[in-house]
Amino acid sequence: MPYSDKVIDHYENPRNVGTLDPEDPQVGTGMVGAPACGDVMKLQLKIGADGVIEDAKFKTFGCGSAIASSSLVTEWVKGMSIEKALEVKNSAIAEELSLPPVKIHCSVLAEDAIKAAIADYRAKQQRQGAGGGGHGGNGTAGGK
Amino acid sequence: MTVKLPIYLDNHATTPLDPRVLEVMLPYFTQEFGNAASRNHVFGWHAEEAVEQARAQIGTIIGASGKEIVFTSGATESDNLAIKGAAEFHHERGNHIVTCQTEHKAVLDSCKRLEKQGFEVTYLPVEKDGRVDPERLRAAMTARTILVSLMLANNEIGVVHPVVAIGKVVKEQGALFHIDAVQGVGKVPFNVDEARADLVSLSAHKMYGPKGIGALYVRRKPRVRIAPLIDGGGHERGLRSGTLNVPGIVGFGAACALAQEEMAAEALRLGSLRERLRRHLQEHLPETYVNGSLEHRLPGNLNLSFAYVEGEAMMMALKDVAVSSGSACTSASLAPSSVHRSLRIGEELAHTSIRFGLGRFNTEEEIDYGAALVVDKVRKLRELSPLWEMAQQGVDLKKIEWSHP
Repeated sequence: MPYSDKVIDHYENPRNVGTLDPEDPQVGTGMVGAPACGDVMKLQLKIGADGVIEDAKFKTFGCGSAIASSSLVTEWVKGMSIEKALEVKNSAIAEELSLPPVKIHCSVLAEDAIKAAIADYRAKQQRQGAGGGGHGGNGTAGGK
Repeated sequence: MTVKLPIYLDNHATTPLDPRVLEVMLPYFTQEFGNAASRNHVFGWHAEEAVEQARAQIGTIIGASGKEIVFTSGATESDNLAIKGAAEFHHERGNHIVTCQTEHKAVLDSCKRLEKQGFEVTYLPVEKDGRVDPERLRAAMTARTILVSLMLANNEIGVVHPVVAIGKVVKEQGALFHIDAVQGVGKVPFNVDEARADLVSLSAHKMYGPKGIGALYVRRKPRVRIAPLIDGGGHERGLRSGTLNVPGIVGFGAACALAQEEMAAEALRLGSLRERLRRHLQEHLPETYVNGSLEHRLPGNLNLSFAYVEGEAMMMALKDVAVSSGSACTSASLAPSSVHRSLRIGEELAHTSIRFGLGRFNTEEEIDYGAALVVDKVRKLRELSPLWEMAQQGVDLKKIEWSHP
């Protein structure tokens, strides 16, 4: 299958690969997909008190398009507010990377990963607010 | 030492034409262009002579007579002709066919079509080593079973099935035995009498011959009857009408003659290259698993799962080395390979397999280059893999509830 230059670029030079401390209350972790389906994305966002995404890291098990989609998303969401990041649509990812129809699910997964990471962050914040605290997301299982 | 890139390690998909085969073929495109069916002039006679010589060469490599060889466009057509032709001819004796879950699509889809026409098909599972257990076959056969279709060697994991033991069971039960021998002939010893085969599919381009030419062996003693799929001039004993592809047939014959002569030495050489590759990869990469039996395997096949690394990403990383993957994303359908599903490979290993197909023209330098590249790329992709990270942290991936978007 021929890949677009942008997919190849992200695949060969993935941006923001890594892991943030999942116990950090400022960090939201989203893990979406399943090994049986051939794609698992882990996206972590570090969110400041002002609700702006300060840092983003990812790790992905999946094909080149899945790796490129997650790499691209980490670039995009850095500096965005949570609200803006929630507006990132899979269609924009697919368009930017010129994904063929059979690879659209990779962009859907990347969108889901943002939502899952933010949901995890918000759940943590709520627990903190409620004074429960203590348990951060453990980075496993999807956000829904 | 320099290695010429890209390196071809996908010899199960197709093989390059052996230059010696090409040389034999060339005159049959130009000077010797006759139609083998032209009975009344020298152009036709020359073509027919060449075809008959090739027929004998092809028969010899499977222990058959040239008279039992029916030329087709390739193994897909041979499989269709064998299965649909046998079903049509023998439907009054019974309507049950037995095959295996890991057969080639040409066999499985032919069987599926027959199911729509009222035939019953049993798809046998394979054992953990990827092979069919003859006892399972025995249990599956009934008085209504007219045909058993099983391959000699698997195209993905390269395991060689116990066709001699299987043939014995088939004959005890009185059914016809079709063998798709495409991947095995010329690579491992095979004899139609030992296997008690009635129908055998062959293809030239998997054994350093040209594409677009194949054959179906149809036993003469005792005579095996099948119905043709293509009607016309009654060529090939009425079983396959159509003007013969003379250059292709000549090339197919030459390829068989070479394979016959060189198979033993080539199997030794490829087997040792394959082991060199396997040992290097398993020594340098933890959690690297061989899919299917290592003992009963084509010498040039290595099918490995690199845990936590997705197959298509792996192929993309190996862009200078042509391999193939059983991963979902490779095929047009997004379903994971039926072979890997049948092997009941765990979820954590799904989508992680790579097929290396070594062939006649691969060198030790190429294998070493490929081995080093694979080690480097698997390490890089594991650094990228959340599954690898979790496994390193001791997380049991089987216990996680994955989201399925």
